[in-house]
This record gives sequence, structure tokens and C-alpha cells, in this order.
Amino acid sequence: MRYREALNLAMREEMNANEDVFIMGEDIGVFQGAFKVTAGLLEEFGERRVRDTPISENTFVGMGVGAAMAGLRPVVELMTINFSLLALDQIINSAASIRYMFGAQVKVPLVIRMPQGAGHQLGPTHSHCLEALYQHIPGLLVAVPSTPADARGLLKAAIRDDNPVVFIEHETLYGRRGEVDTDDDEPLRFGEAAVRREGDGVTIVGISRMAETALKAADKLASDHEIEAEVIDPRTLRPLDLDTILESVRKTNRAVIVEEGWPHGGVGANLAALIQEQAFDHLDAPVGRVTGADVPMPYSKPLEQAAFPHEEHVVKAAVATFRDV
Amino acid sequence: MATEDATRGRSPEKTGVESRSRPLPDRDTCEKVLAKMILIRRFEERAGEMYAKAKIGGFLHLCIGEEATIVGATQALQEGDYLLSTYREHGQALARGTEPNAVMAELFGKVDGCSSGRGGSMHLFDAERRFFGGYGIVGGNLPLAAGVALASDYRGTEDVTLCMSGDGATNQGTFGETMNLAALWSLPIVFMVINNQFGMGTALERHSAVTDLSKKAAGYGVPGTRCNGMDVLDTHACVSEALEKARGDRAPQLVEAVTYRYRGHSMADPEEYRTKEEVEEWRGHDPIAAFSERVTEEGELGEDDVKRMDDAAMKAVDEAVAFADASPFPDLDSLYDDIYVMGEQVSEGWFSVDERSPDAHRGEREREAGDVAKELAEAGAAHGEGEDARSERRVDRAEAEPEDGEGEPAGDERDEVGGGD
Repeated sequence: MRYREALNLAMREEMNANEDVFIMGEDIGVFQGAFKVTAGLLEEFGERRVRDTPISENTFVGMGVGAAMAGLRPVVELMTINFSLLALDQIINSAASIRYMFGAQVKVPLVIRMPQGAGHQLGPTHSHCLEALYQHIPGLLVAVPSTPADARGLLKAAIRDDNPVVFIEHETLYGRRGEVDTDDDEPLRFGEAAVRREGDGVTIVGISRMAETALKAADKLASDHEIEAEVIDPRTLRPLDLDTILESVRKTNRAVIVEEGWPHGGVGANLAALIQEQAFDHLDAPVGRVTGADVPMPYSKPLEQAAFPHEEHVVKAAVATFRDV
Repeated sequence: MATEDATRGRSPEKTGVESRSRPLPDRDTCEKVLAKMILIRRFEERAGEMYAKAKIGGFLHLCIGEEATIVGATQALQEGDYLLSTYREHGQALARGTEPNAVMAELFGKVDGCSSGRGGSMHLFDAERRFFGGYGIVGGNLPLAAGVALASDYRGTEDVTLCMSGDGATNQGTFGETMNLAALWSLPIVFMVINNQFGMGTALERHSAVTDLSKKAAGYGVPGTRCNGMDVLDTHACVSEALEKARGDRAPQLVEAVTYRYRGHSMADPEEYRTKEEVEEWRGHDPIAAFSERVTEEGELGEDDVKRMDDAAMKAVDEAVAFADASPFPDLDSLYDDIYVMGEQVSEGWFSVDERSPDAHRGEREREAGDVAKELAEAGAAHGEGEDARSERRVDRAEAEPEDGEGEPAGDERDEVGGGD
């Protein structure tokens, strides 16, 4: 099953299970979704539960918050994460804050889905990875699934959960195939990392699509450098399964964090701080970071490909942790 | 100092709102309406005093002068209807039935406040009475209200959402976006623009190209009417009519209520953008005095009834202050409570790490924090005791007052509420 089909299935299943679940977003109905994630849902569930919205991001995200406060379970799709910036007021000042600032009188069971990522030559306004921005916000949950099974399991969890969830997909993963156990209706749990590959040489943490890149790098490290890397995909950044990461670092004594977003204030910067705070005595080398280039994403193909991490970058960073320090 | 241009032409007569003479309702309704308006005014006056005494922190936006817009509108609501407001919303909560004690305690930041001390003046909430919040972002409540209305429509209920905003909010992107969506999806919602003629310190004609705000949503498919926001009966009639159109026909409506706030935007407002004369002129159209006069001259209430209501309001406000004073501050170890709902899919995890503690996994496990973390939390909280940081701001505020020294009263000035004022 493809990643997009797994997401589609999760929404279909949860909409069938609960009348309060409905979806809305730009071109999700008649157009079937800009990335075809919502294909067929309008036909199956009708206009009441599958709502095409105008291009008014801040307002339809805010309406999702309001509908959730009044007891529904909206799943709002933003065409890309870049457009979510237009809705930051409602995501941060409303969705993330409302339960806390009103003394727990209401819940906001809202899912905001959005894809991110470079690789399609869409330039600076359509290519960024902003998971670091959302993991910064208390009150939000943040998911970054990288496989079809995780996409389905985490989306089901997000829809059933009573908190606002920023659900970050990746544009280049939509076509990826993977095993999905459709007989299993149990959602995944947030805050449980997946160990994608076991090893005792170096811990590589890959975020979103970079979990895939980290695995490719691990193969090269084994074949070219005789280093057995342990690859961890956190799957959710809020809550973060720090225990699994620390346990691995205590075994390998080395860590490299791979993300597609920018370096300053990034996921890796934060994780490196946490690892050195809590596993300092176990580290044999400084924590390595592999990030996207610190630039707005350029359009030109070679420049774009040079601006985000590939397996070569990860291999180099992992090998660097074996240098004498 | 105020320029002539910045303060031109805002006399009540020049707003273009005709004073419609609506018939007086029955005695009980008159009494209820008047008592609520008086309670709101007395509450606000006392809140201003408590702010001056540094019992209340942050910003304090008083609605004095706007009581008719609040009570006229909320009297038109049915029990199941939702109300969302702005950050100038103490009156809305009181009018919807939230206890003055709970509102005052929230202003004091106490645990018995209607938002448990988490929200403060700008973020009151009362789920039980479907008062769905005061909001600190101008125009930010419009999409939320449309979402609440969407939920009512989705479930096929008859509940209507009344969303109040100020004149300033009509310039936000969310205004146009929300009007469009409300009309497009035929939502049961009424948008009430409480036009108090200033977006903070910028006058209506200096912030909006269209100054008849009742027309501002028509292009999006939301028709509007204008009412005299200094007249509680006119406001009530217009909002009632709009609510019924929204309820019965699923046709969203806008009501502009033209009014005036006597006090500054917040307590920290030197009011250099308008003249004393203008404020006085509007005080001459006071909604409480005007309604008192009508009910005592034409209705069945006597001046002694008005006096009795005022005494009751003063007593309620006295009690609210005593209650708020006596209520404790929230426990320090409740700091991390209720950021998240813990459930089956999301249970305890890493949500926050606190630099105050050497312990791993703090945040939602605040209550398990070690002694060091507790000591540091107490040390931090101790900075809020004694000399309040706001006393410095009050000095700034005093310096910013007009030269004639007749700025906003920080003390216990009280408006007359009886008839004939």
C-alpha cells in the first residue's frame, strides 16, 4: 500500500467509525486532493463531511479549532506546510493555547495535516521543512510519519486523540509502498520511536523523509566502512521518545541527527542538547548534525539537490564521529 | 496632544444612527436588563480600582459606556446559543450569568477564577453557560465562532453563535475570510460589530475606508444592519431579528452597534486621540441613565427600584472583591497541568524539559519533580510578591497623561446610574 493510500484508509476508517469526524481543506473534495490523499472520500461521505474550502488558511484552520471546541473531530488539510504559515495565529494562539488558557474547560481534538519537503523544484515558498517550528509549541502534538504503516497508525491515533495534532507528511513519500496490516485497527501510540535498523556503531536519528535517507546511509556505512549504525525514526516529535534515543546512544556512544529543515534552532540542535544533557558521560564524540542548507530553497535542480541532505552527507557525519576528538 | 483632525466629528448625532424609540418591555424584563447593565458598570469601575491597587495584572480593558450593546445582545440569546467575544469581555461573561466572584477572581489571577487563573482579563471562559471565550487577538475569534456554528449546523441543532468583535477587527483578513465562509456554508451565526469608534487609539475614519460597518460584509454575502448601541432596546431588537434569521433561515447576519467607550482602550491609555468634550458629549447619551429615565418615567419602576438595583450591584461587587482576595493563587506545581489531555494514544511523554531542574522528564510530571526544582519554582514565584513590576508601568502611565492632569481616573470615580443624570 502506498503512503497516500494508507492516509486515505485511516481517514476512511475513522470517518466510518465516528460520525463526528469530518475533513476540510483546499481542493480535497472535487479535485480529490492536491496529492490525491483524499481521493474518493467526497463520493463516499458527501459534502457534509468532506468540505472543500476557499483559500483562507487562517480561517478554515480556526474553524477547525472552533468545531473541535464544540465537540466535533475535524481533520483539516493544508495543501502544504508552507501555507500553514498563514494559519499560525490559529495554530499557536488558538489551537495550542485554548485548553490551557481556559482552565481545561474545553478540548481541541483537531488534526491539521500538511505535507512538507523539497525535491520538486518549487522554490522557496513551496519546499520547506518546518517540523522544528511546530515542535517548539507547547499544546501541540507533532507527528512526522515516514512509512505507510506509520502514516495510517499515527493518523488514526491523531484523529482519536483529544489534543490538537500537527500531522506532517512528506511530498516525496506519498508514492512509497510499504506493508500495512489492514486487519489491525489499533492506532499507534504517540511518543514511541521505531528502531529501523539495529547496530552498535553509531546512532542515527532520521526525521520525516530523512529516516529513509538515514537507512540508505546505514547500508553504505556497513558496506564501505564496517560501521553498523542503529537507525531510529522518532515518528513523533511531541511527545518525543527520548528514552529510546538515549538507550541507543548509551550503547553506541555516538549520535548523528538528520533532518531536512534548517540548522539554527532545528530538531537536531534540540536533540543534541538533550543528548549531551542526559547522556554526556556516554558520548565518545560530539553529536553530529546533518541538516538542510541554511538558505531559502532554490529552484534550480542542482542547487536544490545540493541544499538538502542525501545519504553521502549522513555517511560523512557518521564517520566523523569516529575521528579522534 | 490631540490634533483637530484626529478627533473630528464623532458626536452621537453624526454617527448616522437614528434613535429608534422601541416600546418598553414588561416590568420584569426592564428590571433584569437594567440590573445587568448596572452590575456590569459597577463591576468595571471596581475592576479599575483594583487595577490601580495592583490587585489585577496585565491589561485591563473596561467596557464602561458599552453596557447596552452587551446586555441588549445577550438578552436576545437562547440558552443553547454560543457567545464569543473579544478581550473586552467582563460584561459579556457577567451578562451570560457567570458569577461576579469567578470573574473577579480570574482578574486577580486566582485559582477560583472562571479560567482557573490561566487566562486573565482577556481570556474569560464559561463552558457551562456557553460563553466560549474572550480572545486576545483582534479578529482571531471570528474563525473560531464560525467553527462553533459549523458544529451546530453539522449536528442539526437550532443553536446560533453570536460572535462579537470591535470595529478594528473588520480590517483583519479573518473578517473577510470568515464572512465568505459563513455565507458560503450558510452557517447559523450572527456577527456583532461593537463599533466603539476606535481601534485602540486610531479613530474609525482613520482606520476604515468604509465607516458604515454594517455594509462591510455585504459584499461577502452577509447582510448587515445598524443599531444604536447606546440604546439597549434598539440593540436587543436588531440582534433578536438577526439571530432569528440565522437560526431559521441559516442566513448569517451582521449587526453593527454604534457605541462609545468612556475609558481608555486599556488602563494604560493616555487618551491623546480624543477630547474631553467628546467623551462628555457621549456621556450625555449614557445607556444606563437613558434607560433608567425611560423605565422610571414611562414604566412601572420607581427611582427607589433603581437605587435598590444599584445597591445590589455594589454588594455583589464588594463580595466579588472579597471572594477574589480570599481565593488562593494556583499551586505552583499545577504549572504544567492541562497543556494536554492524557489519553490512550497520547499518555505521558516528553513534553517539556525545565532548565530549573537537574531531573530528566519534567514537564507534565511536575508533581514528581525533585526538591531542587520545587525550590527554584518557589524562588521564581517569589519575584511576583511585594513590589509589583507594574508599579513601574504606572509611573510611565502617569507621565504620559495630558498636561492638564485630567487623565483617566485611576481612583474610585463612580458614574451615577440613576435617571435624570
